[in-house]
Amino acid sequence: MSNQKKLILIADDDADYLFQLESMVKTLGFEVITADGQQNAEQLLEKVKPDLAIFDLMMETEDSGFLLAYKARKKYPEMPIIIASAATAETGYSFDMHNNHDSDWIKADLYLEKGIRSDQLHREINKLLKL
Amino acid sequence: MATLQVLVVDDEPGIRSGINRILASYTVGFPFMEEDFEFSLIDAATGEEAIEILNNQPIDIVLLDNKLPGMDGMEVLAYIKNQKFDLDVMMITSYASLELAIKATRDGAYNFMPKPFTPQELRSSIDNVSKHLYLKRMTRKMQEEGKQIRFQFLSVMSHELKSPINAVEGYLKMMQEKQFGDKVDDYDKMIDRSLARLRGMRNLIMDLLDLTKIESGKKQRKLRDTNLSDIAQMAMDTMEPYAIQRSVRMKLSVIGSSMLLSDPDEMEIVFNNLISNAVKYNIDGGKVNVSIEDNRNEIIIKVTDTGIGISKEDQEQIFEDFVRIKNNQTKEITGSGLGLSITKKMLAQYNGTIEVSSVADEGTTFTVKIPKQ
Repeated sequence: MSNQKKLILIADDDADYLFQLESMVKTLGFEVITADGQQNAEQLLEKVKPDLAIFDLMMETEDSGFLLAYKARKKYPEMPIIIASAATAETGYSFDMHNNHDSDWIKADLYLEKGIRSDQLHREINKLLKL
Repeated sequence: MATLQVLVVDDEPGIRSGINRILASYTVGFPFMEEDFEFSLIDAATGEEAIEILNNQPIDIVLLDNKLPGMDGMEVLAYIKNQKFDLDVMMITSYASLELAIKATRDGAYNFMPKPFTPQELRSSIDNVSKHLYLKRMTRKMQEEGKQIRFQFLSVMSHELKSPINAVEGYLKMMQEKQFGDKVDDYDKMIDRSLARLRGMRNLIMDLLDLTKIESGKKQRKLRDTNLSDIAQMAMDTMEPYAIQRSVRMKLSVIGSSMLLSDPDEMEIVFNNLISNAVKYNIDGGKVNVSIEDNRNEIIIKVTDTGIGISKEDQEQIFEDFVRIKNNQTKEITGSGLGLSITKKMLAQYNGTIEVSSVADEGTTFTVKIPKQ
């Protein structure tokens, strides 16, 4: 492991959740940059290359997270991507229900339910970063 | 022009070629159909042959003789019913007994045509069966779309309800773990945000209740002569505290009579939504003008703000359920994304309309027109 802190990009359009996740991830010992939506995240990805990214699913549109993951994967194929959502568990929405966006192009490494505990998140991030 | 595939099952070559000749150049159109139908014909001399064809290509209409050399028409019909093919069957038969007719109808035959038939009889039967098939398919399509819309609504709604729960829960955990210090004061901002999110959630639930009332259509509407200017004033009074905070000035003007036969609760929802939007999406120190105008057969309500404006693309979607315009200027503003969709649905009950016109950074005007009767 290098001495430098790993950089994590978090995109979420819910300002409160973004703040909470940001402080959680910072407490775990990572460097964090935040984006308040898909558009903002795309701009940031032009300038910086994070070590890992966590995207909310529903932002500007209900599948912003997928679109973002698709673009991010194209730009940085080796960057692990986590998609976090508040909607998936109850409804099963967005994954197989979405006819026009087949799951085979959804390039996330992990799907997380929002409200995840800090230790769980830490474990998942470490696994993806091979720390 | 759309093409319907017709399978003619008859052991008499004369009948098959006759039907081919009559239908080859025939088209069917009804005013409610998007396009006319023409017919493409396929022949089968036996029931076995018919089943072979049915299994290998899509068929829309089957013209089925009962008396066939091998398996008879009734057996083919039973097979079709069993396989749940999406098609209509018309029996063509020489001696139709009542017994046979009943059995065939029970097995899903749409109608009967006795042999021999004239070209005109065939054409009018084909008219009927095409219309039936079209309506059957349209009905099913609309039901599926309805289900899809309902499902989407529920998913978005659950998302909108869960987001504030997640946010508040997150803040409570931070406080529980004393992440930012030991004093309550250290968490002022988080408490404020939690309360704001809970307020937003309460509003969403109120909006959902309004929406349910409209959509269930069961709510008893109490129509009476209602002075809209009183209702508008009430809505403005409700917004007053927030408007003062933002230094937004509100003004009401009434031209002519503002009486309308309507349900005051419903009119209140309309004014509340429009006026609260005009204040929320305004600039500090901005203005809100509400006008009610008696224009002979209709009442015209205008709510104008001096706010941030709505782009052309966004204007097209703002009346949809759960649409909120997200940008830098709106991210601090809470809302359920239901207000305008509720307003529009509410007005539709009065055969009223709502339109928006807007210039970026100058302001937005919502214009409501409600016929008096």
